[in-house]
Amino acid sequence: MGNYWAVTCRETKAYFTMPAAYVVGALFLILTGVFFVFEISRPFAEAGVRGLAEWSSFFVVFLAPLLTMRLLAEEQKLGTLELLLTSPIREWEVVLGKYTASLLMLFSIQAVTLYYVLLIYIFGDPDTGPVISAYIGLLLHGAAALSVGLLGSSLSGNQIVSAVLGTAVLLIFNFIDRVSSVLSGAPADFLNALSMNVALADFTRGIIDTFHIVYFISVIAVFLFLTIRSLETRRWR
Amino acid sequence: MIEVKDVTKYYGEFPAITGLSFSVEQGEILGFLGPNGAGKSTTMKIITGYTPSTSGTVSIAGYDISEDSLQARRHIGYLPETVPLYLDMTVADYLTFMGRIRGMGKADLTRRRSEVVEVCNLGEYYNSIIGKLSKGYRQRVGIAQSIIHEPDVLVLDEPTIGIDPIQVVETRQLIKSLGQDHTLILSSHILPEVSMICDRVIIIHEGQIVAVDDPVNLGTNLSGVERVELEVSGPNREILPVIEQVSGVQSIERIPVSGGAYHRYHVTVDLGKDLRNDLARAIIENNWALLKLQSLGMSLEEIFLRLTIEEEQIPTVGEFDG
Repeated sequence: MGNYWAVTCRETKAYFTMPAAYVVGALFLILTGVFFVFEISRPFAEAGVRGLAEWSSFFVVFLAPLLTMRLLAEEQKLGTLELLLTSPIREWEVVLGKYTASLLMLFSIQAVTLYYVLLIYIFGDPDTGPVISAYIGLLLHGAAALSVGLLGSSLSGNQIVSAVLGTAVLLIFNFIDRVSSVLSGAPADFLNALSMNVALADFTRGIIDTFHIVYFISVIAVFLFLTIRSLETRRWR
Repeated sequence: MIEVKDVTKYYGEFPAITGLSFSVEQGEILGFLGPNGAGKSTTMKIITGYTPSTSGTVSIAGYDISEDSLQARRHIGYLPETVPLYLDMTVADYLTFMGRIRGMGKADLTRRRSEVVEVCNLGEYYNSIIGKLSKGYRQRVGIAQSIIHEPDVLVLDEPTIGIDPIQVVETRQLIKSLGQDHTLILSSHILPEVSMICDRVIIIHEGQIVAVDDPVNLGTNLSGVERVELEVSGPNREILPVIEQVSGVQSIERIPVSGGAYHRYHVTVDLGKDLRNDLARAIIENNWALLKLQSLGMSLEEIFLRLTIEEEQIPTVGEFDG
């Protein structure tokens, strides 16, 4: 446990002292800000965060792999993974430590978007329930996206390749429900059940469905597990 | 302290090391000498548990590196050849992190950090970003992280490669002083370096041990003769048994010569014995004509030749990869 926390602290400090995270974070906030303005300045716009949550989750698809791409790819490139893995530390401690740091970073960035929510409360009268459920959904979705990004980072020593891999998988996971519109019956239901967008949509409507919570947690568990295995097999390559 | 038994490692079809066995006693400094690509780094990676061996076992302080990996790793300090460091961290932060992931407590860490910084002469750069340090200082940071948790076993892979000659001297002195309280394995392709620092030397070539000895013995063995070329004029059938009877001769091989009234032989003699005098006397006593008597290079000497040539290149080339 001490090892896990040591890794988390190191990575968190690295995030907050390096300009890269601020740059992508700022870009994310600009984009969500612009689309937030579009959403609320529409005619008959409702005082809620649904539009904001949709755009925010869309940009997270690109933000999350950018945040995680460094975590394991850089270790492989610098060769520091060799020192890490010859220290008395388990692979899961490395992976979970880094994952926790990326969660802290992403949640910090997403926390800034609460400023938009504040504006809605000042100028409108939104339902608080859906606001809370939307943010629970966004946190789960973000956490799942980071786990996918982390797997990408473990697969390559090149950060760009890692980010592209992560983004590609996330795009599939987010928009697989678009495919289901041309299908029907069981296959369509299956693809809908796999889609992150479908799972998130209920949260933004104010519905907290246990099935969707389990879905996101399963995605996180599976991808973290794959990342740990990927790190273990690094020894054989 | 370190037991390596019959370790073999294949990279695909290519055998990097085959059937390597040796042990290192507590407090011993073992030099691992061999040309580039001999399998030194592979051996270091296997000993430290980074790469699993294809077959064979390694135990560190009684713990098997693959079965009891975590326990074994607790006893190891390691500096890989590439000196991997987090370039964005300060020396202080880096040493703290490396100490923590090796399970050190806060008080321990504070004490050891200042000791290590002193030993490695890093005080001036304590709060510098590692990425801004010169290669020589990065090497010291690398050594500092390898000893911060007071490991029993220290594995240093080519610790003086790529740093300038003055820093090489300082680094060697540092390593020698570390050898006083650690069991140390040091790999190198530079013969003088190994003979200066180590108690015992293993010479590895193409993945196999070709010699194990202390540096002094290796030196004398090298000036000895392993193979002698003879050219004698006389009856072949009589010459052969006479030469075979000279004590110290292991085998004799006749080398065909085209047209000449003499015979050419390659005589293999015990390592470290110079039998040229005895051979000459045996031939002269039989009234045969001794046309040529020459010691031939032995395979070990050839290896050393390559090693020493590379050492001479250091001041001019400065940096080359291993």
